[in-house]
Amino acid sequence: MRTIQEIQKQLIDDFSLLENGNEKFDYLIDLGQSMPELDADQKSEANLVKGCQSSVWFSIKSEDERLYIKADSDSLIVKGIAAMLVQIFSGQKAVDILAADMGFIEQIGLWRQLSSQRGNGLTAMLTHIRASAEVCCKH
Amino acid sequence: MHKSFKNVKADFPILRVEVNGNPLVYLDNGATTQKPQVVIDAISRYYSSYNSNIHRGNHTLSMQATDAHESARRKVRDFINAASEREIIFTRGTTESINLVAFSFGEAFVQAGDEIITTEMEHHSNFVPWQLLCQRKGAHFKVLPMDQNGELDLAAFKSLLTERTKLVAVTQVSNALGTVNPLEKIITLAHSVGAAVLVDGAQGVQHLAHDVRGMDVDFYAFSGHKMYAPTGIGVLYGKEKWLEQMPPYQSGGEMIEQVTISGTTFNTLPFKFEAGTPNIEGPIGLAAAIDYLAQFDPCELQTYEEDLLDYTMERLGSIPELTIYGNPKKRSSIVSFNVKGIQHYDMGMLLDLSGIAVRTGHHCAQPIMDKFGIPGTVRASLAIYNTYEDMDALIEGVLRVKKRLGK
Repeated sequence: MRTIQEIQKQLIDDFSLLENGNEKFDYLIDLGQSMPELDADQKSEANLVKGCQSSVWFSIKSEDERLYIKADSDSLIVKGIAAMLVQIFSGQKAVDILAADMGFIEQIGLWRQLSSQRGNGLTAMLTHIRASAEVCCKH
Repeated sequence: MHKSFKNVKADFPILRVEVNGNPLVYLDNGATTQKPQVVIDAISRYYSSYNSNIHRGNHTLSMQATDAHESARRKVRDFINAASEREIIFTRGTTESINLVAFSFGEAFVQAGDEIITTEMEHHSNFVPWQLLCQRKGAHFKVLPMDQNGELDLAAFKSLLTERTKLVAVTQVSNALGTVNPLEKIITLAHSVGAAVLVDGAQGVQHLAHDVRGMDVDFYAFSGHKMYAPTGIGVLYGKEKWLEQMPPYQSGGEMIEQVTISGTTFNTLPFKFEAGTPNIEGPIGLAAAIDYLAQFDPCELQTYEEDLLDYTMERLGSIPELTIYGNPKKRSSIVSFNVKGIQHYDMGMLLDLSGIAVRTGHHCAQPIMDKFGIPGTVRASLAIYNTYEDMDALIEGVLRVKKRLGK
């Protein structure tokens, strides 16, 4: 399995090929559309990162000190962001998730758009995943 | 000779900027409007030539700044046709104006068992302060329902009113749907049981008539920044008979008459409600915005904006699978919609890539969203400088997003 850093680098490289905001959003939307929907029972209150504009759900399981993450959102753009996080973190060790450098977010050039959402911007999603990683580490 | 609507955009420097490589199409005026050069210049002139703290200053700049501040108050008085400048309180905005009344009117006139009526279509700012007041005082919080057309139910209003109703808080124009409320009827009915009426004019003052004495409204609240003036300045109009009896909202400098260890007496109106050094450039900018608006014929302005909105509604309405929320008899400046299968946030983000600024979400009016069973809408709200070309850009933008997402 590739490391968190390797996957982040891949994402930065992929985004660097995209010339403008339009193409970057198309890529995000494709990422979102290609991720399977969560079952209704996984869209629970406990899995919800509630925001001002949209809802995003993370179904997170921990096994052998690793987190396995699935996600869904009513917004395709938000689902695309969640899909990036799933790519990066799902299957990784909880300790590695907690130690990860999040510098990639600024390097893909969508930081302003992705962080502007009150409540469930990228930061809130990361906090949610990190909280699960912390619980996993304590057990 | 009144100013024409032909080249209004040229008065607003920001409307020349490009956003994401496209000319800006600004349709988020319900959130805040842009500022004409004359307003920007007035603020700049204040800071570059006569900035000083106001009232009780005995030097030239202070007297000049005080004059400008107080002449702005008189300008607001005339703008809304108040009887006296003592009835014009400067605040930070509509929200603070409403909170001031909820606190001070509440302290003076609301007791356990009394009733406050607000409506299902209010912005949270004209809902939550009353909810909190009722909780504080043990009063009844009554909410007048809205129907699926986005209209208030006047028959229900009659049955809600009782001798114990102390105040009715209602918006002039719904910030989420654009509904224009029948204020005359509401005010007459409320007065018939002795209740005071507060009108939230945040979305009304810049588009519709705003004659407080004509309306016979007890309190009228509005913000400068939604009517081409800067942020951080708002107005509370209140009839003097109420304001006189209401205790101060905040205390400190400016609002006192005399302070001793044994007690404090308060300044006269309107200063009783203006604690601390005020936002001085705010009223100066607001006065410049009022002067700017005065160049237009108010009837022509209303007609121009109504025609533009009708055109937008008609074109939006022709897009398949697009729902416009509310169908009120009278609508002003605002249209809220969704396209089936496209989340409002996605629509907003993708329109922005074409330089089109709209607002998406619940618009701080969650009870309205609950009524329609939706989490939010896309809201386009127009202003004096918007053109038919802007509206065409919006329609084409919506069609592009629809195609892009395969809907």
